[in-house]
Amino acid sequence: MAALNEEQTMVKDQATAWVNEQSPVQKFRALRDSGNPRAFEPTTWSAMIEMGWSGILIPAQYGGSDLGYLTFGVVLEQLGRQLTASPLFASALVGASAVLLGGTEAQKQKLLPKVVDGSEILTLAVDEGPRHAPAATALAAAKSNGGFTLTGAKRFVVEGMSATTFVVAARTSGKPGSMDGITLFTVPADAKGLVRERIVTVDSRGYANVEFDGVTVAADAVLGEVDRGGVLLESVLDRARAGLAAEMMGTAGQAFDMTLEYLKTRTQFGAVIGSFQALGHRAAGLFTSMELARSCAEASLQAIDAGAANVPELVSLAKCKVGDFLHEMSNQLIQIHGGIGMTDEFDAGFYLKRARVAEALYGNQAFHRDRYARLLGF
Amino acid sequence: MPDGTALNAFRESTRKWIRDNFPGSLKGKGLGYEGDADSGLAKDLDVWRARLAGQGWGAPTWPKEYGGAGLSQSEARIINDELIAAGAFNPISMLSGMGITMVGPTVLEYGTEDQKRRHLPGIASGEVRWCLGLSEPNAGSDLASLATKAEDNGDHFVLNGQKTWTSGANISQWCGAVVRTDPKAKKRDGISFVMLPMDQPGVRTRPIKLIAGASPFCETFFTDAIAEKRDLLGELNDGWSVVKRLLQHERQSQTGSRVAASGEKPTPIQELAKTYVGTNADGTLADADLRLRIADHLMDARAHTLTIARITAEAKGNVQVSAAASILKNSATKVAQIKAELTLELMGAQGLGWEGDAFTNKELGAVREWLSGKAMSIYGGSFEIQNNIISKNILGLPETTQKG
Repeated sequence: MAALNEEQTMVKDQATAWVNEQSPVQKFRALRDSGNPRAFEPTTWSAMIEMGWSGILIPAQYGGSDLGYLTFGVVLEQLGRQLTASPLFASALVGASAVLLGGTEAQKQKLLPKVVDGSEILTLAVDEGPRHAPAATALAAAKSNGGFTLTGAKRFVVEGMSATTFVVAARTSGKPGSMDGITLFTVPADAKGLVRERIVTVDSRGYANVEFDGVTVAADAVLGEVDRGGVLLESVLDRARAGLAAEMMGTAGQAFDMTLEYLKTRTQFGAVIGSFQALGHRAAGLFTSMELARSCAEASLQAIDAGAANVPELVSLAKCKVGDFLHEMSNQLIQIHGGIGMTDEFDAGFYLKRARVAEALYGNQAFHRDRYARLLGF
Repeated sequence: MPDGTALNAFRESTRKWIRDNFPGSLKGKGLGYEGDADSGLAKDLDVWRARLAGQGWGAPTWPKEYGGAGLSQSEARIINDELIAAGAFNPISMLSGMGITMVGPTVLEYGTEDQKRRHLPGIASGEVRWCLGLSEPNAGSDLASLATKAEDNGDHFVLNGQKTWTSGANISQWCGAVVRTDPKAKKRDGISFVMLPMDQPGVRTRPIKLIAGASPFCETFFTDAIAEKRDLLGELNDGWSVVKRLLQHERQSQTGSRVAASGEKPTPIQELAKTYVGTNADGTLADADLRLRIADHLMDARAHTLTIARITAEAKGNVQVSAAASILKNSATKVAQIKAELTLELMGAQGLGWEGDAFTNKELGAVREWLSGKAMSIYGGSFEIQNNIISKNILGLPETTQKG
C-alpha cells in the first residue's frame, strides 16, 4: 500500500474491518441467490452512507469529507476483496466526479448533498455498442424549446436499475468517431420517454440497457459546455477507470490470497502442493505481477489527487496492468484449486465472473494499451 | 531523518557544490576515458573523482571515519538527483568494482574495526577496485557446493581452486572470496569468506570471451594464494551467512534504481521504431503488432519504476536490503531483455550486424547489448533462483522438493 496519511489509514482500517465482519463474500452469494433486481442490499448501502463513504470526494459545503481519490480507492479495494455490491462506485465516484468537474454551482448544490445522503444515485451512461468506445457516441440531443430532446440508446449502464439520475453522453454536433460534438446531460430516471431494462450479467450486478425515446430536458440539464463535453467525459472516465482499477486490485488480491492459502494446505502425493516448484514459481510470478500492478493503480489515484498532467497515461497504465493481472489471477484461482474451483459451492467462480466484467468496463486491456501508445505519440 | 526545510537547504548547497566543482569538460559524458593516459579527460575525471571522494560522496551514507559522509538515504538521493540534473555523474561506484555496492555494505555489517579502517576508505574514494570470487565451474546456482579450499597455515590461509565469472578480476586490486574451510562439515556449514590482494604470485586471471565478444568477466585461479587471517570476514565456517547478505546487496544493486553513472540520454524506443518502421497517416506505428508489444513493454517499464518509487515511499525513505529485491531484479531483467529484443526487431536487417561500415555504431551496440543482456537472468541468482526466494522467503511456501 502506498504511504498513507493518518486519515487514509483510518479509512482503510474501518473499511477492512467492516468488509470482513459485515460484508464477506457470503453476502454476495446470498444476494445472487435472491435474484434481487437492484443487485445490492439496501442495508449494505445505508451502512456505507453512514460511514461517510458516499462523501469521500465531495467538499464539506455539500456535506462530504473531500478526502480524495486515493482514499476512495482504499475503500474500493476492500470492497473488491469480498465482491461487495453497491452503487457506491457508480454514484459517489463516477457520477459525483462528473458533477464536480462539469457542474455549475447550482447543479452541485442540487445533486451533491443528495449523493452524500444517498437520496440520489447517479450513474454514467456512455457506451452504445458492445465494446467501450466513448467517441462512438451517437445518441442524439437536438435543440428544442430552449432545451434538448434526447433520442437513442445506452447499453450496459452500471447500476442502471437503481440510478435516480443518469449522466448521459450525447451528440450535439459532429459525427460518431469524434470526441468533439459530445455534450453531457443529467437526465432524471423518471423522465418521460426513458425506458430501462435490466440485463442479467455473469457477475450478477445491476446493469441496464436504457432507451431514450424523445426525452426532453431543460437547458440547465447540460453538464459542462455544449459540444465540448468530450474532454469532460474523458476526465470522468479516467476517474472511473482509476477507481475501478483499485476495486479490481482488491478482487485480484483476494484471489491471490485464497490461492496461496490453498497452496499451503492442499496435500497430494504426500506433500503440500505449494512445495512443488512448478506451483511455487507460478505463485512467485503472480506475486511479482501483483506488486507491479499495485504500483500502477496507486500512482493513477495519486496523480488524480495531485492534479498531474499525466493522469490519462497513468490511468490507462493502471487499468491495463491491473486488468492483465486480474485476468491471469482469476484463471489461476480456478486452475490451482482444481475440481473444487469449478464448483458453484466454492467462491472462485464469483471472482472469475466479476473479473471479466470489470476488465471490459470503461475499456479493456487492448483499449488501454492502444490509448497508452497514442498518448505517447506512436 | 532531516526535515523538509533541512533537505531543501541540503539540495541548494549540493547544487552549488556541483556547479563549482564538476569539470565542464565531462558534462554529458560517462566513464571510458580513465585508461587513456593522453586524454585530458582522464585527468579531469581523476580530479572529479578526488573532489567527490573529499566530500565523502562516493559512499555518502557510510560513516565519515570510513570515507563516507554520514548522510541519510534522502540526502544521498538528493546528491544523485542533482548530479543527473547537472549532466554530471558519480564514477566512484564503477571504479570500485564490486566495492560500493556489495563488499562495502557487507564489511560495514560483518567487518572488524580494523577491517573497516583498512578497506572501506579505498572503496569510498574509488581508488581500490574489488572483485568477488563466488561462482565456480561446478557451483553456479548451487553456490554452496563450491570446492575452492582454504587451509589454515598459522597467521594466514592458503587457497587452491578456481573461480569463474569474477567480474573485473584482471583489473582489481582486491578480491572477496568464498572458500571451503571445513571439508567435513555439511556443505553450507564449512564455508568462510576471506579477502585477499590480487597482486600476488598465487593468483592468475584469464578474461572470458562471451557471445557478445569481449566481457568484463574472468576466470580466476588460486594456486597457493595467501589470504591473511585478519582478512577473514565474519566467523570461521560462517561464511554462508556473509555470502547470503552479500547476495542480497547484489540483488539490490540489480533492481534498476536510477544511478548517476552517465549523463547520456538514449532515444526512446517508440521514436526509434518510427524511424525504422514508419508511421500511418494518423501517426501510429506502421507495424500494428510491434506497436502494441512496444506499448506493453513501455507499460512494464513504467510499472517497474513506479514500484521502486512505491517501495521507497513505503519505507519512508530508508530502503535497506528489502524482501522486494527479488521481485525487482526479475522485473528489471524482463524489462531490459524485452527492450533489447524489440530494438533488434524494429531495426530489421540493420539489427543483425556484427561489425563493419554497413551498420551504425548504435546498431552494432544494440546487437551487443541484446547478447550481453542474456546474462541478466542468469547472474546474481538466476530468474528461477529469484522465484525460489520469492516463493519461500516472501510467500512462505514450504521448502521445494529439490535440494538447494
